[in-house]
Amino acid sequence: MVRLITHNLLACHVKGCTSNNFPLEFKDVQVVLRDSEFNPDFLRGFIPKIEWPALTGAARQLGDTSLPDQLPEMQDDDFLKVLHHVLLEIHVEEGTMICPNCKHNYPISNGIPNMLLAEHEIG
Amino acid sequence: MSRPELIAPPEIYYGDIEAKKYTKNTRNQQIQADMTYRALELLNLPPDEPAFLLDIGCGSGLSGEILDEEGYIWTGVDIAPSMLEVALEREVEGDLFLQDIGQGFGFRPASFDGAISISVLQWLLNAETSHPTSSPPHRLARFFTTLHSSLRNPSRAVFQFYPSSDDQIQLITSIAQKAGFGGGLVVDFPNSKKAKKVFLCLYVGGGGGAQQLPEALDGEDEDGGKARFERRRERENSKAGGKRKGVKDKDWILKKKELYRKRGKESVPRDSKFTGRKRRPVF
Repeated sequence: MVRLITHNLLACHVKGCTSNNFPLEFKDVQVVLRDSEFNPDFLRGFIPKIEWPALTGAARQLGDTSLPDQLPEMQDDDFLKVLHHVLLEIHVEEGTMICPNCKHNYPISNGIPNMLLAEHEIG
Repeated sequence: MSRPELIAPPEIYYGDIEAKKYTKNTRNQQIQADMTYRALELLNLPPDEPAFLLDIGCGSGLSGEILDEEGYIWTGVDIAPSMLEVALEREVEGDLFLQDIGQGFGFRPASFDGAISISVLQWLLNAETSHPTSSPPHRLARFFTTLHSSLRNPSRAVFQFYPSSDDQIQLITSIAQKAGFGGGLVVDFPNSKKAKKVFLCLYVGGGGGAQQLPEALDGEDEDGGKARFERRRERENSKAGGKRKGVKDKDWILKKKELYRKRGKESVPRDSKFTGRKRRPVF
């Protein structure tokens, strides 16, 4: 159940991997769409936290191009609905997330990403 | 009190069987729910604002379910794959991660509005290998520093855990302070062996003035705050002094005789005015 809301917060945490470690790239993904409750207040509060280019990039990798390139100034309900769909309704079930810097693979199986590190990778 | 953290590391202890057992146990469910509500209370999040929370050691999502109910969006991390599988079966709403919290988090700074963790920290206090990154202080330091940076300023993190000694509390709080957290320990029901619960309340930031540590429940102010079983114990204590009422009184004897007759038992004595009466001492 990797949704883009958490993907947008997730950086690589391997030892010494501190720059260019975000966003993780998707590879060989299987995507499932699941409806969830629309909550405009939450989204408005969450927008400042979003790294916009990373979100649009990830959404495109998953085949969703409904988001604009720039975060629009006016955030009306239509925009929030699109954002809600991208952030909370696209679930990545299988695949891999790859760190752009150290190329560490985080496999996703059954919707759960495996974030465990080997001993030499622990900071 | 059982100490599963001394038996095996969490990802092994909570295998398929133990994970199912843990989740199905209604007593566990009740305790977890109570502690989650209390932790949320201690988090003291602004009302009417749907927050984004981190559930550390979410397990099978027992506490996550309550977060769902309360309208929070959350992300859970746990190291036991079997527990996460149960969580998937239970269809909790949050995102789940298979992660060792002692290895630190990779979340971007200021990602979360708060963090809760129920019965987890004690699992970090045992070294599994002799590798330097496996020592409890190192793992705790890594955990607290990465957690500190992934929380918003100001915000709180509340951990319920079962320390087995004061040294452990000392170790945990000192490392948390070094990582930049403020705050301290809140002990609910400190005088009850069973209901005693230790909460570590940590603060990120606080806007200059230190945040006020919340009041612990001591079970003295109101009846609702009383530790469970306390009233029963009182009742039993008061009973021990007085004489107990006889169990086999006249009604009981009549009931039994009626029952035997119904079952067709022979030679059941007939009821009379002497039934169930005490004999005189001279008899």
